[in-house]
Order: sequence, then C-alpha cells, then structure tokens
Amino acid sequence: MFKDIEHLIRLAVVILIAVAAFVLLRAAVIPSSFGQYGHYRGAAITEIAARPIAFAGHDICAGCHTEEAAQKKQGKHVVVACEACHGALARHADDPSALTPAKLDTAVLCTRCHEANSAKPRTFPQVVTADHSGGIACDTCHQPHKPKIEDEMPAGGKK
Amino acid sequence: MQIPVEGFMYPNEVELQWSVLIVLYPFITGLVAGAFILASLERVFRVQAVKPTYRLALLTALSFLLVAPLPLQLHLGHPERSLEMYLTPHRSSAMAMFGFVYLWYLMAVLLLEIWLDYRRDIVLKAQSSTGLARLFYRALTLGSSNISQRSLQIDERLGYFITLVGIPSAFLLHGYVGFIFGSVKANPWWSSPLMPIVFIFSAMVSGIAAVMLLYMASTRLRARQIDIRCVDKIAQYLLYTFVIDFSLEMLDLLQRIYEADESFRSLDFMVHTRLWKSQVIIQILLGTLTPIALLGLTQVLKLTETARKRIYAIAGSLTVIGIFAMRWNVVIGGQLFSKSFLGYTTYKMGFATREGLLTAILLMILPFTILWVLVKLLPPWPDAGSLSASGATPAHGTS
Repeated sequence: MFKDIEHLIRLAVVILIAVAAFVLLRAAVIPSSFGQYGHYRGAAITEIAARPIAFAGHDICAGCHTEEAAQKKQGKHVVVACEACHGALARHADDPSALTPAKLDTAVLCTRCHEANSAKPRTFPQVVTADHSGGIACDTCHQPHKPKIEDEMPAGGKK
Repeated sequence: MQIPVEGFMYPNEVELQWSVLIVLYPFITGLVAGAFILASLERVFRVQAVKPTYRLALLTALSFLLVAPLPLQLHLGHPERSLEMYLTPHRSSAMAMFGFVYLWYLMAVLLLEIWLDYRRDIVLKAQSSTGLARLFYRALTLGSSNISQRSLQIDERLGYFITLVGIPSAFLLHGYVGFIFGSVKANPWWSSPLMPIVFIFSAMVSGIAAVMLLYMASTRLRARQIDIRCVDKIAQYLLYTFVIDFSLEMLDLLQRIYEADESFRSLDFMVHTRLWKSQVIIQILLGTLTPIALLGLTQVLKLTETARKRIYAIAGSLTVIGIFAMRWNVVIGGQLFSKSFLGYTTYKMGFATREGLLTAILLMILPFTILWVLVKLLPPWPDAGSLSASGATPAHGTS
C-alpha cells in the first residue's frame, strides 16, 4: 500500500517544503513594524518625519518679502500659499544665497488653475487662454500677487 | 494626445484608465475556466465523446492561466511588487484577493490534475528519453517511478476528486472576475449582480469554442482524422451553453430597459453610437446570433461531415470573436460615458506602447507558444503511441 502512494507522499513533501519556504520568506521579508498602526509599515512614519523639511511656510516667506505679502493680502490670492506657485523653498529660507528661486513662466503656471474647464465651479475665475491672451505671459497684464487689474474695477468699487 | 470628447466629462474621465490589456484579462481567464469545464465534462460527467479533447483542454487551460496575470502586471507596472499581495494580503481589496483565487486554481487544481493524469506518461518518458529531457521528466516524477495498476487507480480517484473541486474553483475563478466588475457600484454599466453569472457562462462558451477550434486545427496539422463524434458533442454543448449565456444577457438587458434608471438614457445612447459596431454588430449579430444559428442548423438539418466541420470552424471562430467583443464592451464601454450621464469620451489605443495593440497581440500569441511547448513535452493526443491516454491507461473511471 505504501509503495502505491509513495509518489503522493513525495508530492505532499514537495508541497510542505513550498509552504515552509513561503512561511520562512514571509517571516524574513515582512518588516517587523508592519501592521503596528494599520496595513503599512509603522516605522515609515518616523522615517518620513525624519526627512528634511522642504516647505518654509507662508509666515517665514512673509518675514522677508513684506511687500509681496502686503500685496497678496489685498487680492484674492491671499488664500494661496507662496510655495504653491514658487515651489518648496525651505533651503532658500534658511540661507537665501544657497538657492535662488527660479523665474516662473506665468503663461504655463496660471493655466494650472485658471484654464477654463466645465468641471470647475462657475464662480471660479477661468479663461480660455488661447482666446484670452494668445499664450503671452499672464504677468504682462496681471500682477500675480494681486491679480485683479485696477482698470477693471467698477467706478467707486472696492479695491 | 487630444482625446475627442462629446458633451460633459469630468476631467478624470476623459482618458480611459483601463486599456485593452484589461480587456484581455477577463478574456484569457474566461478561456481558462471554459477549457477546464470542458475537460471536466469527460472526467466528472462522463461524456465519453469529448475524451479526445480532455488533455488538450487541460493544457490549454494551463497555457492561458500562466498568461492571465501578465496583462495586469503590464498595466500596473512594478511586477516585482505583485508578490506582496501574498506576503501581506489586504482582505478588503477584491483585486488583491484574486491573487489567492488564481493561486488556488493554478496550484491546487490545474497543476495537480495535469500531474496526476500525466504521471504514467511522465514515468515512461523518464525511462525512455535521454539527456536534458530525461532530467526534466525525472524531476517531474518526483523520484517515484511506480506506475503499478493500483497506484494509477489511486491517481485516478484522486484526480476525479480534484476535478470535482476544480469545477467550483473554475466557476470561482471567472465568477470572481465578473464580481470585480459587478461590484463597482459607481458604474451602472458594470454594477449588476448578474455580472458574475454572465461572465461564467460566457467563459464556458469561449473556452469550449477555443478548445474545439484548437482540437480541429491541431488534428488537421497532424494530418489525422478529426473525431466527428467528438466535435459534434462539443458543438452541441457549445450551443446549449451559448443559449443560456445569451438568455442571461438578454434578461439583464430587459431588466435594464424596464427599470430605466437615471443612467439608462445615457447608456442607451452609448450603445447606439460609440458601441454600435463592437456591441450590436460584432458581439450580438456576428458573435452571438450567427454562431447560435449556425450551430442550431447542425442540430436540425442532416448535414455532411465536411459541412458540419466547416460550420463548427466558422461558428467557433465567430464565438471567440464575439466573446472578446463582449469583454471589450464591458471594460471599454464602462469607461466611455461620464458619471454625470451627460458626456462621452473616446478610447485611443496606442500601438507599440506598454498597453498598446502590439503588446495585446503578443500577449495573445504567448499562450499559444506555451501550449506548443507543453504539447511537445506532454503530448495530449489519444494516439500518442505507447504513451496513449487511452488503452493501457487505467480508465478515468469511465472507459
């Protein structure tokens, strides 16, 4: 009887070895902190927290760039953080000579938010740039920190 | 690349995320499940007539099953990460759990059944071959060369049990694919509890048709006589399954038409415009009604053998094309309309890109290449000399 099921016993051994190899592999490669908080590596949180800070934050920018900060306060872009357009500049804030922020191409940058799209709320300012400006830089006419053009203001209107 | 859009689309709907490769995924798994179910006809339901296709169906299922995850790997990128699905399984992800359904079907059903069925042949090959081939076959014997009548009877009984488990597993494999689509409740084109059932029956249809075509083509290539009794029987089963499949799809359609929920007008418009060719012409007229009519003819008219073979070849090919079109219409169709029901986008298929037409063609050639290799290694033909599956081999409990 044993002889007739020998091949099946051998097969069972192969399957057991495969299962054992899988269990060992699993134990070897799964990080110990996996599942500590959820379905991810718990240690990832401290690793990410230890990474250098990339963004300086609006208040730090405003500490030096007082003129721009004051302009922004008067316009609708008051809600937009400086680094949303200028990029992460913590290094520049630490040492202004270490990194000079790149000049922005407003013909591209502004369209990210203001290119017309029917999915955007109607009240959000948006233009078809091809018709509106023909691709010229937006800051030719608009001051990005306070984008509303003064001449467009209705007579006696608020600035 | 500008994508033509009509009406109102949300920005994230303009470009289709699931490409032709995701069409291949249910198509290929369907062929696997269908081929296996055809094989089980002989083993479990004791349909002797289809015996010549038994082993070919198993090898076909294996060849396609090995390729089934590749479209997903190519679509997602980072194939090296797919192992993580097994290492740290996420039980809330339907797609991740498919990995286990796949593994179960591959390891516990298909490979075991093929090994048990071929064990006698493998042992004989290990004894008669030389060189590398000998090493290969000896490895497959797992070091046991016992092919006594008693051991083969045990194999036979165990194989029968595995096939019994295999039938619900094949249903699970492809039903699960349907479940993945059917459970996307945000998409009215997919969200239907009938989806898994429709997928299972369409899988059976495509798998049976594919094995029938492969059997006819391979027999011709080997300059042998096609067993007409066998293809007659397969065609009969194909017809029955197809009628059930078509009825289920029509029931789903009737339900949608009568229910006419808020998505209906939008979907109806889509079927009459963007999906007209692929759904109405190719899937329903050419790929479903024509083969059903052709197969039906063979049941009611007394036709010659040659005429029947020709009809089976045409009907089988149209069936496979029709089921592919069905997968296309499900996957691509489900992404062409806006969730606002006010707009439609277009699917632009690349050519020589990661998810392009060329990749899809190569992926469809691959299972045939694997099958060719498997057929060389483990000949499935009933007349394969001393290694015959019939005759000397103890019966599958039937012969």
